[in-house]
Amino acid sequence: MKKEIFEPYNVSDNNFEQCVKCTICTVYCPVLEVNPDYPGPKQSGPDGERMRLKDPAFYDEALKLCLNCKRCEVACPSGVKIGDIIQSARIKYSKSKPKLRDMILANTDIVGTMASTFAPIVNTAVALKPVRKVMDSVLKIDHHRMFPKYTGLRFETWYRRYAEKKQQEFKKHVSYFHGCYVNYNFPQQGKDLIKVMNAAGYGVHLLEKEKCCGVALISNGLIKQATKQAKHNVEAFKKSIVDKKMPVISTSSTCIFTIRDEYPHLLGVKNEEIRNDSELATRFIFRLIDEGKLNLVFKKNYKKRIAYHTPCHMEKLGWSIYSTSLLKMIPGVELVQLESQCCGIAGTYGFKKENYQTSQEVGKPLFDQIENSKVDFVATDCETCKWQIEMSTSSKVQHPISILAEAIDVEATMKLWQK
Amino acid sequence: MKFDNIIIGGGLSGLTCGIKLAEQGKKCAIVSSGQSAIHFFSGSFDLLGKANGEEVTNPLESMKSLPENHPYKRVGLDKIERLTNDALHLLVRSGLNLNGQADRNHYTLTPMGVMKPTWLTLSDFTSFDQKDSFPWKKAVILNFSGFLDFHTLFIKDGLKKLDVQAQIKTVSMKQFEAIRKNPSEMRSTNIAKEFDKENAIEEFAQKANVLSDGFDVVILPAVFGLFNKTIADKLKEKIEKPVLLLPAIPPSVPGIRTQITLRERFQELGGTYLLGDNVEEGVFENGRLLEIRTNNHGDIKFEADQFILASGSFYSKGIVATHDKLYEPIFGLDIDGDSNREKWFDEKIFNDQAFMHYGVKTDQKFRALMNGEPVENLYVAGSVLGGANPLKEGSGAGISLLTSLHAAEQILK
Ligand SMILES: Cc1cc2nc3c(=O)[nH]c(=O)nc-3n(C[C@H](O)[C@H](O)[C@H](O)COP(=O)(O)OP(=O)(O)OC[C@H]3O[C@@H](n4cnc5c(N)ncnc54)[C@H](O)[C@@H]3O)c2cc1C
Ligand code: SF4
Ligand code: SF4
Repeated sequence: MKKEIFEPYNVSDNNFEQCVKCTICTVYCPVLEVNPDYPGPKQSGPDGERMRLKDPAFYDEALKLCLNCKRCEVACPSGVKIGDIIQSARIKYSKSKPKLRDMILANTDIVGTMASTFAPIVNTAVALKPVRKVMDSVLKIDHHRMFPKYTGLRFETWYRRYAEKKQQEFKKHVSYFHGCYVNYNFPQQGKDLIKVMNAAGYGVHLLEKEKCCGVALISNGLIKQATKQAKHNVEAFKKSIVDKKMPVISTSSTCIFTIRDEYPHLLGVKNEEIRNDSELATRFIFRLIDEGKLNLVFKKNYKKRIAYHTPCHMEKLGWSIYSTSLLKMIPGVELVQLESQCCGIAGTYGFKKENYQTSQEVGKPLFDQIENSKVDFVATDCETCKWQIEMSTSSKVQHPISILAEAIDVEATMKLWQK
Repeated sequence: MKFDNIIIGGGLSGLTCGIKLAEQGKKCAIVSSGQSAIHFFSGSFDLLGKANGEEVTNPLESMKSLPENHPYKRVGLDKIERLTNDALHLLVRSGLNLNGQADRNHYTLTPMGVMKPTWLTLSDFTSFDQKDSFPWKKAVILNFSGFLDFHTLFIKDGLKKLDVQAQIKTVSMKQFEAIRKNPSEMRSTNIAKEFDKENAIEEFAQKANVLSDGFDVVILPAVFGLFNKTIADKLKEKIEKPVLLLPAIPPSVPGIRTQITLRERFQELGGTYLLGDNVEEGVFENGRLLEIRTNNHGDIKFEADQFILASGSFYSKGIVATHDKLYEPIFGLDIDGDSNREKWFDEKIFNDQAFMHYGVKTDQKFRALMNGEPVENLYVAGSVLGGANPLKEGSGAGISLLTSLHAAEQILK
């Protein structure tokens, strides 16, 4: 007998039907506020989805203006996955081909490998005014942007040379997903992570081979390549988490957010086996302290006034509380919590000439908050927020883990668990 | 993560509990899955507008006639008057400017052009002593061209019944050209964002002054001051005639400002406000709630001495109705409501609907019941409680504020 299959008509994989049209999301969209060409979350998301299901011709290329910050989702009282709906629509319907510029910006690891190999030349070159002018006019990478400097000694190379051997001395172990930024631009961040984790009694290991999480590939429409890298990473994570029982931690909120949530939601790459054990270092350390398994001892002379900025993906994850709780544990820290607002960079978005103005206007309220906060520096968990804030304000930015690394009394902390 | 008190739901009820407890030095967290009903707020906090089908003039007096299971009765009428004062002071300390008193309703003009009784009204809006007289004879109703969420004809018709001659005029502003390009974005909050920047207010006031020549009062949609808290006052200073703001179709600009003001007050008192996170379940032991688990925090426990459930009514999914079931989705608490679906509705939609009275069952101390037994440290406040039809009675904010203060007092005892 033929089994009856119920095939609902016009039902999408996402939950746009949950939308009650309250328009609350539009109040909190940072792009809508400054760029009237963007149709806004409700129109681009659930409303548009209804139309697109009827006829894909309703797809509007203006959806590429979405920063994918997910602030609309955080506000929605009905739990509509607005940001996911918009990104999925771009993946499914967009006909615009990524430009050479987009490929360059998106391939953070390939470009990083080349650039860090020739770091002194590249750094000098991209810092030169004429070069930036050419990048601006030919590649449409805005000339206001300074590229983050490339390092001469990649983090992975440094690790193999100077840190790997020592990690075996610990009883407990974690893997570290460092991400492109730590590897090619800012190895110090990774060194700080190792310092803190070692103090906490954990050896830190690299994954068998990590690939760029792919966030920039996704936002630039290079979906095939992103999916390939996602699958590769999930396998690499499994080797650590499932086979070796080693959780994976990271210092990049965007990488972790992409791996935990965008892989299954946007790329359809399953990650149930690894999701719970893939997290931010700050959350991992907080849990240890919260469960009474770790005590950190801090230096007496560390005194700073610090403002914490909540990156959009931290807002969505709801995890900034781990970073701020850790910072508040440092006796000499006076913490100013900035009102959570988008900085406007959204990864590679703000690098594009056509987005530069929107990007800076979105960030302006945050920049004003920072300038008025009279702090020693800003703390945040996202590297692209760091570039944006350092470019647009007079303030320097540090990662919470780097702050811990500086404030911790390593020997005294180690003594507590060595007893 | 350990707190003294954790509150589930960040609407008017959750924030009231949180502010009260934090003011008393408690370390509090509020977890809220999304923005709340305050985003639809008219600008007036209702205490009791209607009882036994009659319009109420003195809410404190008329409460006596409410049924015994009404939240006000269960809080205790002997406490209500004090709690109304406490509520007013809590809101004022938070930075809201309000007019009104609990023993005498005043009136506000609704966007339908009728006078409605209420308790406390934000100073943006005009409070009237009388329901059947209007202090002005000739009104100009100004709207922005392209703005469809302000129904000027209703207002004009309503005013006619109050013997007021009204004329409708529209104003074009170049500052809104950008948002007008996209008709679905010509909404009050987007207009408010333009005014927030302070570069449209002067020009608008000038236009309003020209257009209101020969009129006694200028009626405008309440689209002033979303994030900017001073702009509504600036507007009134710059317009020479008295200004009467009326709510536009939600989301409500003064409502969102109210939500932000209360949330900031809570955070300034040291409270932790976690938005966009859903409480999924609780761990109970010996009739106590030990910890809650949330979507964002997974295995990291959120522990507290006392918890407050302020998760709202059907709209906010504090209680859920499916085709055959009525339930409280987080803990599966007992529900005060009919299990027979046929009794939920009255076919006449303007009648008092039974389902509007449904909510979580509690004991006398407002502790939640689970399988007939109170959970020792789980209190319930606000619209998730049953026993009233706030829409019909005009009692929404009152129930939220007073039951929240009452629950907080149980904890502080
Ligand atoms: C459209 C509308 C307009 C109204 N206008 C007025 C008015 O003008 N004047 C008046 O006096 N009253 C008004 N009311 C009455 C209103 O119900 C109350 O005034 C009051 O706002 C209710 O507050 P609350 O905090 O109890 O619930 P809500 O405001 O509904 O808040 C509940 C919160 O709990 C959260 N939540 C639910 N489940 C979970 C979970 N599992 N985990 C985490 N968080 C959760 C929700 O996201 C929501 O933010 C109105 C009601 C509605 C629906
Ligand atoms: S906030 Fe959510 S329910 Fe409201 S319009 Fe936006 S998507 Fe729809
Ligand atoms: S993800 Fe961000 S930019 Fe995109 S619609 Fe939502 S709020 Fe706007």
